[in-house]
Amino acid sequence: MNLVTIAWKSIRQRALASFLTALSVALGVTLMVSVLVVHGIVDRIFSQNASGYHLVVGAKGSPLQLVLNTIYHLSSPVENIPYLYYKELKANPRVQNAIPICMGDVTLEGNFRIIGTSPEFFEVDYHPDKKFRVRGHFLEDDFDAVIGSQVARTNGWNIGSTFQPAHGVADSDHVHEEKFTVVGVLAPTGTPNDNGVYIHIDGFFQIAGHEKPADEAAAKAAAFEVFQQQAGDKKNIAVEPTPEPEPKPAPAKEKHDHAGHDHHGHHHHELPDEQKEVTAILVNAKHITAAIQLRASINEGPYAQAAVPFQEINWILNNVVGNVRTLLVIMTALILVVSGVGIFVSIYNSMADRRREIAVMRALGAQRGTVFAIIFLESILLCVGGGLFGVLLGHGMVVIAAPILEVRTGLLIDPWAFEKLELVILPVLIALASLVGIVPGMTAYRTDVAKALHA
Amino acid sequence: MSLRLKDVRKSYVEQDGTRLPILGIPEFTLQTGEQVALVGESGGGKTTLLNVISGITTPDAGQVVIGNTDLTKLSEPARDRFRALKIGFIFQTFNLLPAFTALENVLLGMSFSGQKSDTKRAKDLLARVGLSHRLNHRPATLSVGEQQRVAVARSLVNRPALLLADEPTASIDAQHQATVLELIREACHEHNCALLLVTHSAEVAGQFQRVERLKDFNHPQ
Repeated sequence: MNLVTIAWKSIRQRALASFLTALSVALGVTLMVSVLVVHGIVDRIFSQNASGYHLVVGAKGSPLQLVLNTIYHLSSPVENIPYLYYKELKANPRVQNAIPICMGDVTLEGNFRIIGTSPEFFEVDYHPDKKFRVRGHFLEDDFDAVIGSQVARTNGWNIGSTFQPAHGVADSDHVHEEKFTVVGVLAPTGTPNDNGVYIHIDGFFQIAGHEKPADEAAAKAAAFEVFQQQAGDKKNIAVEPTPEPEPKPAPAKEKHDHAGHDHHGHHHHELPDEQKEVTAILVNAKHITAAIQLRASINEGPYAQAAVPFQEINWILNNVVGNVRTLLVIMTALILVVSGVGIFVSIYNSMADRRREIAVMRALGAQRGTVFAIIFLESILLCVGGGLFGVLLGHGMVVIAAPILEVRTGLLIDPWAFEKLELVILPVLIALASLVGIVPGMTAYRTDVAKALHA
Repeated sequence: MSLRLKDVRKSYVEQDGTRLPILGIPEFTLQTGEQVALVGESGGGKTTLLNVISGITTPDAGQVVIGNTDLTKLSEPARDRFRALKIGFIFQTFNLLPAFTALENVLLGMSFSGQKSDTKRAKDLLARVGLSHRLNHRPATLSVGEQQRVAVARSLVNRPALLLADEPTASIDAQHQATVLELIREACHEHNCALLLVTHSAEVAGQFQRVERLKDFNHPQ
């Protein structure tokens, strides 16, 4: 019988006390693992998605809110900017891609955000070298919709499913009459795109109520013309004057045959560009220098701001998420220390009852080092056993919390994502067990056999 | 393997600092395979004598020679190892470890002696004491007599040269006393193992050819 077996049987002899002691360690580790895993997921998701585009262009205000709203579908929607501004930006020679994003509606089922965008959205990699894959096809017709994998799973939607957008971003009671049909389901991306419902921008503008009032639009258009004129004079702003591009209908629309299907309840009304607005524009410049120049010139102008997603997310990670994580890790480390004290108290208190057992072992020939090792191993087994259980429990908790977090934050969470820092837990637990096992072990070591045998 | 005590002295220091002499034995011997009953009054030093012989306690002076080994010359770990290999111990209160089954209690004796666990021998010994059907029972589920029989099996598992028994029948009823005593004596006879058995019982002592009274050879000063 080896020493580990002897230690294990001693632990089993005090089953309840041992279980409670190990449980206290397990709960400490559970908390620590949960914090690490959730933070790791948040960190990865933010970092991954932040690198998709050079710039996010939107109304003046908080760049952080602009990025959170546009890329992560978090935070409340920002103000809109004129569609004309988007057209000008798209024509800018420094711009590789300019993709319009129109928000403001959600699905009634699941409260998923509806994003009006152009088909080009799906042509750009959502992460370097990662292209969108779709079952069905991407946006072609005005009332087509492509949904993220999470939307499909949660709402049970598939190709052919139809829905009517609801106005607002939460608990809206106004449902638009226009009906959209799901034509594609995105393969999971592990990004907030999985929680998005993408509709054709032309369809978005055909939804009643999405047009800007004509008088307000006329005033804005006039102001924008003045701005364009000044831009042309100064030659130092984002939207450099360019020849007005020939109006070109969307390729899909050119080929579209309306005879084959029904546009349920659609009121086809072509909206003048002056009455259109976009929430944001995702921009990839032709090269990084162009992106820097573009950002500077956009921010100098009166109409919009350009935010760099990577910078904004880094700010969150460094100043908010990082600090919160550090705080939580410190707190859970303290919990582990308290658990360690619990193990110490449990084993140390048991020593008074076990003095005779130890004396018997010594009388049978066990050396001082042997009885020390048995008590020490008990501490290690309780700590490591509790810790491993805690690791499982921690991931289990993330499994349980994942769907709730996904719905509340829009982030896709892999509960079994393993954090490198978790590797530190085991050596730390062994060190902690060693520390708390020394004193009871020494008590066993010093047991006066003659006295204890006849006590 | 014989036992020889020569000029052994042992005393304890009390809390007030006064010295309390317990043992003062000029000479005591036990031959290989010999069986001796040791009788004496309570507090007379019988248990201390067993502790000195087994190396649990070191004497203040004198020699404790078992075979050719003087225990007083050995380091503590060496004494522990010697005890594990050469000396069997049976306690009045059995002292089985509650976390372990009957079989495991017997095997523990082997584990601490550094030998490979010989489950077959442990089972044979338990069969010899009539406990084949109780191998996997813990002490709490065994009767007093069964517990003492497990203790006997444990004491013999390493084929000791000397068996020290401290009032092994004091805690069991009269019916089982004779059985357990017979078992110990037969086992020692089979293994040619010397036996020093401490008892208060004149009936038990009466079964031994050699009976020593501690006060006859112990003169603490």
